[in-house]
Amino acid sequence: MGNGTRLGRVRGLGPSHHGTGHWLQQRLTALGNVLLVTWFFVSLIRLPLGDHGAVHRWASNPTVALALILLVISVFWHFRLGLQVMIEDYVHGEATKLLSLVILNFYAIGGAAFGIFAIVRIVLAPAAGLAPGGM
Amino acid sequence: MAGKETSGRPLSPHLQVYKWAPSMAVSIFHRITGDGLAIVGALMFLWWLGAIAAGPEAYAAFVACVWKDPSPEISALHQVTNILGKVVLVGLTWAFFQHLFSGLRHFVLDTGAGYELRTNRLWSILVFAGAILATAAVWLTIAQEALHG
Repeated sequence: MGNGTRLGRVRGLGPSHHGTGHWLQQRLTALGNVLLVTWFFVSLIRLPLGDHGAVHRWASNPTVALALILLVISVFWHFRLGLQVMIEDYVHGEATKLLSLVILNFYAIGGAAFGIFAIVRIVLAPAAGLAPGGM
Repeated sequence: MAGKETSGRPLSPHLQVYKWAPSMAVSIFHRITGDGLAIVGALMFLWWLGAIAAGPEAYAAFVACVWKDPSPEISALHQVTNILGKVVLVGLTWAFFQHLFSGLRHFVLDTGAGYELRTNRLWSILVFAGAILATAAVWLTIAQEALHG
C-alpha cells in the first residue's frame, strides 16, 4: 500500500496533496446543478423568450433571482473545477499550465461576477419598462 | 512483435489507439460536453442575462442576432447568425442532456455500483440514446410551436 504510514498519508492528504476536497466540491456542485439547471431549462422552455418585458418580470421575482444567483455560483464553480482537471491533464509545461489556470480563474470568477451583477441590475430596475437612458 | 493478431490485452489509454467502446466514449463525451457548456453555454447565458439587464433595445438586438431578425431586410450577418444561433442552441441542448445523464451515471458509479461489464455498457449506451431522444423531443416541440403559432 504505497509509501509511508497511514498517518503520513493523512497528513500529506494523499498523493495529490490536496485530499478529496476537489472531488467532493465537484459532486456537491453537480448536485446543485442537477436541481438548478433543470429548473432553469424548464423555465426557458416555458418563457416567451422573445418578450423582454415578460422575461424581465420573471427574472426580477425575488425567488427566481435568488435561484439564478445560486445557479451562477454552482455552475461556475463546477466548471472551474472541471476545466482545471482538463488543463492539468492536457497542458504540459509548468509555465503554460500556470498561465492557463490563471486565465481559467479570471474567466470563471469574472463571468460569475458579471452574471450576478446582471441579476442584481434586473431586480433593482424600475418595474415594467425601463426609464429612457437606463437605470 | 509477434504479428498482428489481436490479443486480449488492454491497449494504452491514448485516443488514437484506444479501442472505442460505449463506456470510454461516454467518459470522453462527458468531458467534451462539459467544456462546451462551460465556454459556449456560459458565454451565451451571460450575454442573455446582460441583455435582459441592459433593457428592451439590447434584448431585441440579442434576439435579432441569435434567433430571428424581425426587420424586413435582414443583413447578411444576421442571416448567418440566425442559423448559427439555432445550431449552437441545439448543440447546447444536446450537450446539457449528455452531461446531465452522464453525470447522473457518475453518481451511481460513485456508490460502487454499475461496474459489471454488461451493466456498464448498457448504461453507457442509454446515456447516449437518452441525450439524443431528449434533445429531439425538446426541439420538435419548439419547432411545432413555431409552426402552429
